[in-house]
Amino acid sequence: MTARSTAREEILARMRQALDGAGAAPGSPRAYRRLLDAGTDITAMLIDRLVDYKANVHHGLAAIGAALGGAQRVVVPADLPADWRIGGAEFVPDTGLSTADLDGMDAVLTGCAAAVAVSGTIMLDTGAAQGRRAITLVPDHHVVVVRREQIVGHLAEALPMLDPTAPQTWISGPSATSDIELQRVEGVHGPRRLDVVLLDD
Amino acid sequence: MSAEPSFVPAASLIPADAPFPKAAKVALGMPQLRKNLAHATGTIRAKRAAVAGELDDWEALRDAAAAIKADVQHRLPELAVEFERNATAAGAHVHWARDAKEANEIAARLVREAGADDVVKVKSMATQEIELNEHFEAVGLKAYETDLAELIVQLAEDKPSHILVPAIHYNRTQIREIFDQKMGDAPAGLTDEPAALAEAARLHLRRRFLSAKVAVSGANFAVAETGSLVVVESEGNGRMCLTMPETLISIVGIEKLLPRFTDLEVFMQLLPRSSTGERMNPYTSVWTGSRGGDGPKDVHVILLDNGRTNVLADEVGRQALSCIRCSACLNVCPVYERTGGHAYGHVYPGPIGAILAPQLEPGRHDDLPYASSLCGACYEVCPVKINIPEVLVHLRQQGPHQAGEQAAMRAATAVMARPRLWRAALRGARLGSMPWRRKGFMRRLPWPGSRWTVSRDLPVPPKEDFRDWWKERGR
Ligand code: SF4
Repeated sequence: MTARSTAREEILARMRQALDGAGAAPGSPRAYRRLLDAGTDITAMLIDRLVDYKANVHHGLAAIGAALGGAQRVVVPADLPADWRIGGAEFVPDTGLSTADLDGMDAVLTGCAAAVAVSGTIMLDTGAAQGRRAITLVPDHHVVVVRREQIVGHLAEALPMLDPTAPQTWISGPSATSDIELQRVEGVHGPRRLDVVLLDD
Repeated sequence: MSAEPSFVPAASLIPADAPFPKAAKVALGMPQLRKNLAHATGTIRAKRAAVAGELDDWEALRDAAAAIKADVQHRLPELAVEFERNATAAGAHVHWARDAKEANEIAARLVREAGADDVVKVKSMATQEIELNEHFEAVGLKAYETDLAELIVQLAEDKPSHILVPAIHYNRTQIREIFDQKMGDAPAGLTDEPAALAEAARLHLRRRFLSAKVAVSGANFAVAETGSLVVVESEGNGRMCLTMPETLISIVGIEKLLPRFTDLEVFMQLLPRSSTGERMNPYTSVWTGSRGGDGPKDVHVILLDNGRTNVLADEVGRQALSCIRCSACLNVCPVYERTGGHAYGHVYPGPIGAILAPQLEPGRHDDLPYASSLCGACYEVCPVKINIPEVLVHLRQQGPHQAGEQAAMRAATAVMARPRLWRAALRGARLGSMPWRRKGFMRRLPWPGSRWTVSRDLPVPPKEDFRDWWKERGR
């Protein structure tokens, strides 16, 4: 037997022995919420939570240019809708750009897979208009477009909207740390600026 | 030569392998440490209480989390194999490590096979537990910590003192000095503004992130159904490590398994709110094997036992395997707040350390179950409802005791297993103990504790009910 299979068999045997006589697995009660109360204004809640965690919020396609601020070179997923390329920046489609190329970009513009109101979380799963993970990580400024139907109230509603085995990034505000005296400070290694454009009209 | 630094690596002052009472005494003589801890834990208690209070189903979430984890423990062999099958099908290489040595050797071999002699690291308790950095050093490899607090501790040549914020024992002024003197490329005129310190860390690590060949991580969760791993973080150093290198090695305790992807709907509500007191942490990464053109090509997972199956074998003690390392129990613990993490002499300090360390390394930390006043605040905040007082009493009972004492302890355990009775007993003890108060210890407990205190002093429970006490401290 190889070392790997020996270790594997031994650990599994230890587990079985440890559980000898432990009986059947207990059931899992799931009495928690899966939805917010009917009538909750989830868009208003999403905005409130995004702003609380220092993201900037904009409304409508036309606001993309303003959200990009002064960015000159903006990397975009190759499948980004053409009508999102708004403003004076140069839009560079990601056709396998190198890390150095990405490091030279001022911003990245993408869509998302879902947005969760209760925690202000934008979810990416590398699906349509999102690109690979590196493009939303290396540039210092991320502009993300959220369509109305992508907004849900609760985390439990968002998970089924994701491709569970695709690489996922859940984003709640810009990069931050709580490592100095346990106070939240924005801006470490991820994009330090997060702008969210809601297509909610 | 610069002036004598005002920061002193706290761990260096506490004798290695000192028993808890001795180590705690040293820590108690460090006023700056106590001040830093009181400030930080006070901040986080208030934040946690506020965001936990926002959810009207908090108790239902805790019940669900406790039940899911108990289910995982009961089905561990089956779930581990399911995870291995699905991760392998998605292109990951799954390895198994019986102990720290085996895990370190596998990791070091993989680093060399990737043609590297250094790695970037995401903060991970499992790698601290197996002392991966020290092992790498010994075999000529270098592990660079990238989490801000880990970086501070590594630069200061200190040891972590908290699960979530390993540098919690340093304040901003001390951190500035550590950067100034040890970083090598700290900006001139660095101030102690937290934002300036974070910026210095960003500049220091950026080139390393963009050029690293190999990263080492842990995982917060491992999903059996999909073979996915999950890392929860704030700074983006995790994303950098998980995305940019060609090779990724993740060392994952076998207790991190979850049956289903949708179980994250429970844990990803509880964990960020309990740990940093946020509704959601800035970044969560989920990956499944390797994906062409996106992220590392070579993805390895090392499933780690290292004493966990010992813990699993103990019917009462095994609930310690439910821990999601949020550190809420540390932040509310009156003993931790006064002694800090180093006094516990183990990578898992505080209440969770007091029940986990003696079980992971039997015979080595037998004094830790006594590092508690049994006030119950840890149980109250634990998002997965680990009954820490129950396990503490159970572990005390494992030691060499007289038969009568053991019987009384079993009775006490039975009481604590039922929270209402336990609270009644505590309240009773508080009232009943007044005449017996003697240097903070009481000689007798009402039944069933009475049979135990006949032969052993028990610390006096706090004067208020611990719920009131917690509420007061949480504000
Ligand atoms: S024991 Fe509970 S409260 Fe303590 S770190 Fe683990 S999960 Fe958090």
